[in-house]
Amino acid sequence: MATVVTGIQAGNSWAVTEIQWWHAMGGVNGERVNKIASDFNATQNEYKVVPVYKGNYTETMTAAIAAFRAHKQPHIVQVFEVGTATMMAARGAVYPVEQMMRDAGEKFDKSGFLPAVISYYQTPEGELLSMPFNSSTPVLWYNKDAFKKAGIAEPPRTWPEMETASQKLLDAGYKCGFSFGWQSWVMVENFSAWHNLPMGTRENGFAGLDTEFTFNNKHVKRVMADVGRWQQSRIFQYGGRRGDSLPMFTNGECGMWLNSSAYYGGIKKQAKFEFGQAMLPYYPDIIDSPQNSIIGGATLWVLKGHPKGDYKGVAKFMSYLSSPDVQAWWHQETGYVPITTAAYELSRKQGFYEKNPGTDTAIKQLSLNTPTPNSRGLRFGNYVQVRDIINEEMEAIWNGTKTASQAMDDAVARGNKLLRKFEKANR
Amino acid sequence: MIKRTHFKPSILPYLLVAPQVLITLVFFIWPASQAVYQSMLVEDPFGLKTEFVWFENFVQLFGDDIYFNSFLRTIVFSSLVAALSLSIALILAAMADHVVRGTTVYRTLLIWPYAVAPAVAGALWMFLFDPTLGIVSYMLHGIGYDWNYRLNGNQAMALIVLAASWKQISYNFLFFLAGMQAIPRSLIEAAAIDGAGPARRFWTIIFPLISPTTFFLLVMNIVYAFFDTFGIVHAVTKGGPAKATEILVYKVYNDGFIGLDLGGSAAQSVILMVIVIGLTVIQFRYIERKVEY
Repeated sequence: MATVVTGIQAGNSWAVTEIQWWHAMGGVNGERVNKIASDFNATQNEYKVVPVYKGNYTETMTAAIAAFRAHKQPHIVQVFEVGTATMMAARGAVYPVEQMMRDAGEKFDKSGFLPAVISYYQTPEGELLSMPFNSSTPVLWYNKDAFKKAGIAEPPRTWPEMETASQKLLDAGYKCGFSFGWQSWVMVENFSAWHNLPMGTRENGFAGLDTEFTFNNKHVKRVMADVGRWQQSRIFQYGGRRGDSLPMFTNGECGMWLNSSAYYGGIKKQAKFEFGQAMLPYYPDIIDSPQNSIIGGATLWVLKGHPKGDYKGVAKFMSYLSSPDVQAWWHQETGYVPITTAAYELSRKQGFYEKNPGTDTAIKQLSLNTPTPNSRGLRFGNYVQVRDIINEEMEAIWNGTKTASQAMDDAVARGNKLLRKFEKANR
Repeated sequence: MIKRTHFKPSILPYLLVAPQVLITLVFFIWPASQAVYQSMLVEDPFGLKTEFVWFENFVQLFGDDIYFNSFLRTIVFSSLVAALSLSIALILAAMADHVVRGTTVYRTLLIWPYAVAPAVAGALWMFLFDPTLGIVSYMLHGIGYDWNYRLNGNQAMALIVLAASWKQISYNFLFFLAGMQAIPRSLIEAAAIDGAGPARRFWTIIFPLISPTTFFLLVMNIVYAFFDTFGIVHAVTKGGPAKATEILVYKVYNDGFIGLDLGGSAAQSVILMVIVIGLTVIQFRYIERKVEY
């Protein structure tokens, strides 16, 4: 009897089309991804989405590329925003999402997405290439209890105010004023967009491959020099390239932390104090009021090379994934930005922002102004490597081996070499 | 008169060496030639567009300060690892050689680290020395030492040297101990009767007699430091801060698998291959002759 039952089940599962989804969401977010997949699987019995955790963003992307070369690629792969240019250039490997939705006859309304999110992933002609999923933007996290103890009334709005607030924190006995993570993204890429400064020529790479970096301007050099000085005086404490410095904030060493809004879930779980989110600081003498910040996080890319029927299921899943319910839930659980206006509205209607003040900081920051060519995003080739270069040069400033000016000039020179290499390989 | 034996031409000897030749072809010559071929390509990551550029990747490497620095760093790193792990292992072995009671316990404890996978060893050291979480850094901060290997390149280098040496000490220890135990006791006893103290006995008798072992270990340690420490670097520093710990093998990985510059990475691995071949030739041709067996 038992064998008969399993036989029937096995027979059933053969009829189901499996859709492989490779992603980089570890820990709690990984469980949330699994929930989205299993909820989708429960809505119908034709397709089965199988989420596979492939390591961090870099590892996931390189795994998918290696798999593609071996003709074993997944249907969907989550790629972080700096991989966009690499994926875009791979025309033969990528199935543009908008076209896929059309081919599969799935209804798809592009205008419902947030402009700041969607513009990052469009071709110059306006075609959407990948499906936005988890987008975030850096915010200023602050420790409300520490602020109270140090007598700071308001979270700082400008960099000079950051310095004063940090000094007060040090005076109140805290080990450091602030720290940050994902430093190239926060302190160079977003700093530039926030002050409406270009990172490079050709509209930050959106307008062509013959682009060059220009972020070694005096404003970026100034913030680098300031932070370098603050590292010496303990106002700033460096703690690693990605999220490594999170414990410095959650265990109360540093009163402020500049990093992705998507750390919301993690901070909520670990911090034993009241915390808040505020907008990124700016220099009032560079710009009167900030422009808008740019996104990070990842989108879902569809890879070619599977039977046509599979893509019907992929399209169905994409529709489900971007539905207001799923997106609002994902946004509220993780701190990622709601990628559609409908999800934002739904969260508001549910009273999420009233119950959790400050959680809409990210979305407000992203839609503060209409994006300019400087604040739309970045699309530079080999940017995964370039980001490492920027990180290295920044570390050289923090540990005092290079001046801010020298380090940024070197970063631009090294980065431009990689841009030329990319241009050559993708001509 | 020279006697010569003549064999009839036969296919048998060829058949007998065939499996070995086949294995060498499949597992060495073929992948190596693939690497050489790929080192002359400029490719996009997906392999959709490929251009043959002859030696351009190599030319770029040789004109690159970063590659040159990585080279120097690897030499510093491997000499430090070899020196540290050899000398500590030698001291431990000399001491273990004298132990009368509980020998097996000491030996087991000393050999243990070798069973630990490099990545695990790396994680272990990373957790001990993590600037914010590690217990050792807590103690270092306690005595007023500013420990932060995420920022300080020399500290990061010291940490991976320590971690890499720690793992290799066991291996060296085993060979040193075996070498010492193979020395006839009567030799050492005779020296003792002649009035030579322990230090003199060690330097004039024991050390020269284990020189073949030392030579062998030197080669093995350099090869280990060059190629086998990837897991440790990856787990502890990922080559940072500011490339302070990016040794050659790690650069191959970083450029190839993270940066997706497959041609440049292949060129680097070809250079590494040439280094290994060179090292082997030099050592076995010139240095080995100077070693007493």
